Amino acid sequence: MVRSFLAARPWIATVAILGIFLGCWQLATMPPRLTNAQNSEYARMTGASDGGQKSPLPTPVDVVHRSVELGRTFFDHSNTNNLGLAWHILYSMGRVAIGFFFAMIVAIPLGFLLGLIPYFGKAVNPFIQILKPISPLAWMPLALYTLKDSGAAMIFIIFICAIWPMLINTAAGAAAVRSEWTYVSRVFGLRPMEHIRNVVLPASVPMILTGIRISIGVAWFVIVAAEMVGAQSGIGYFIWNEWNNLQISSMVVAIVLIGGIGLVLDLGLKKIGDTLSYRE
Amino acid sequence: MTAISIKDLSVTFRDKRGTTFQALSAINLEIRSGEVLSLIGHSGCGKSTLLNTIAGLLPSARGQVICGGKPVTGPGPDRAMVFQNHALLPWKTCLENVELGVRHVFRDASLREIRNRAMMALDLVHLSHASDKFPAEISGGMKQRVGIARAVAVDPGVLLLDEPFGALDALTKASLQDELLQIIEKGKSTVVMVTHDIDEAIYLSDRVVAMTNGPDARIGNIFPIDIARPRDRIALAKDADAIRNREGLIKFLFDSQRPRAKIA
Repeated sequence: MVRSFLAARPWIATVAILGIFLGCWQLATMPPRLTNAQNSEYARMTGASDGGQKSPLPTPVDVVHRSVELGRTFFDHSNTNNLGLAWHILYSMGRVAIGFFFAMIVAIPLGFLLGLIPYFGKAVNPFIQILKPISPLAWMPLALYTLKDSGAAMIFIIFICAIWPMLINTAAGAAAVRSEWTYVSRVFGLRPMEHIRNVVLPASVPMILTGIRISIGVAWFVIVAAEMVGAQSGIGYFIWNEWNNLQISSMVVAIVLIGGIGLVLDLGLKKIGDTLSYRE
Repeated sequence: MTAISIKDLSVTFRDKRGTTFQALSAINLEIRSGEVLSLIGHSGCGKSTLLNTIAGLLPSARGQVICGGKPVTGPGPDRAMVFQNHALLPWKTCLENVELGVRHVFRDASLREIRNRAMMALDLVHLSHASDKFPAEISGGMKQRVGIARAVAVDPGVLLLDEPFGALDALTKASLQDELLQIIEKGKSTVVMVTHDIDEAIYLSDRVVAMTNGPDARIGNIFPIDIARPRDRIALAKDADAIRNREGLIKFLFDSQRPRAKIA
């Protein structure tokens, strides 16, 4: 009875794992209770607080407290040096959106050309293979020097990291149109542009959307690191700034937020992908 | 009158290392107008290659295919094809799939004419009720019927079928064969069909062309099936002519043309 009840509900185990994790975290970071008054006095003399040696890491409860505080000033923009967290997130997402948009308008048409003209694809492939493994952050100093503007540099970094998955997937999708579908076009006399519109384009939609999903994921990864290095706003800058202030609870709140936003972006794109892709 | 004439046809393939592979050689065949002709043989014997060459999807190495008095240089809607695994576009509805062919063959036709023609073709395969369904929403037999409708809709002089019922269960297959037979008897098109089913070949065809094993496949034997139409599946089981042809085909395919044993 109990077994089948649990077996059908894996989310119960999910909650249990989360509970165990939070419990361990709490235990590991809780200040130890002192039993000896002398020890307490000794501790006070050596500079520690009355509560005993506080762990440098916040407890889950500290994080919750901190997130409530941050939530209170979430949309605050009265002080430009101390923006609410929402604005940082908005800056980061805006950079991702702009960089991603430019990457998309380059990657998708170019990907089609590479996929549809094998000669061109083979000719350009070495450049893609060389550029693809370069860490986007390696471009950072060069981008800052050339563009002379940290905002533009951020967008360039996102552009350069988001372009590859979309380019490669679009090219692969366009090149891998099933021969039977191509035969259909040939038998019924579709002209090249008609073939592309009726067959190649819809056939590569699932691959393109997968590329878009990977690209957004990578861009969201990279923006945090890029903002730590080169920005005065954004969620990455926020983490770095809180680190400088030794506000470790804030860092943890931001980390959880980054994960949550990444998840929502991915699920949203998956949903869009499922609606736009054909089923077989 | 001759619909298709195949003269001294050879087809070769070249693999990535550049070695050539002779798939078909010295094929000579005259296909009469309005005739139903089956190509039968073991898998890999080149029967689909021959069909694709008639369709113009594959180039010939030597010799030529002449269709309607003109040498075949590429695919064309005068030779519409029904594909082995239906080859419907999954992002288009059944009607849109049929319309795709009609629209690009009859380029001057109005939208209404295109729609009417496509609907008539779907009606012919008894699928007008499923016109708005996507291929993923219908059964395998229905998909193949849409494939037939798409080919028939463009009014082809020659209908090419590449193992059209190969992937279907026996009962669906039988009902589709009957449907195809009705369509063939209604229209006057020439039909060339690839199959590996002896009974199907006899039931549907005027002549059955049995091919030798590849590589280097040739026409092994031609069996004329002189049974009056309309044909009756049940009567055919007792028909002396059909039984004799069946025996001849079995003898040819399973005796003289056993697939070559692989050398270990």
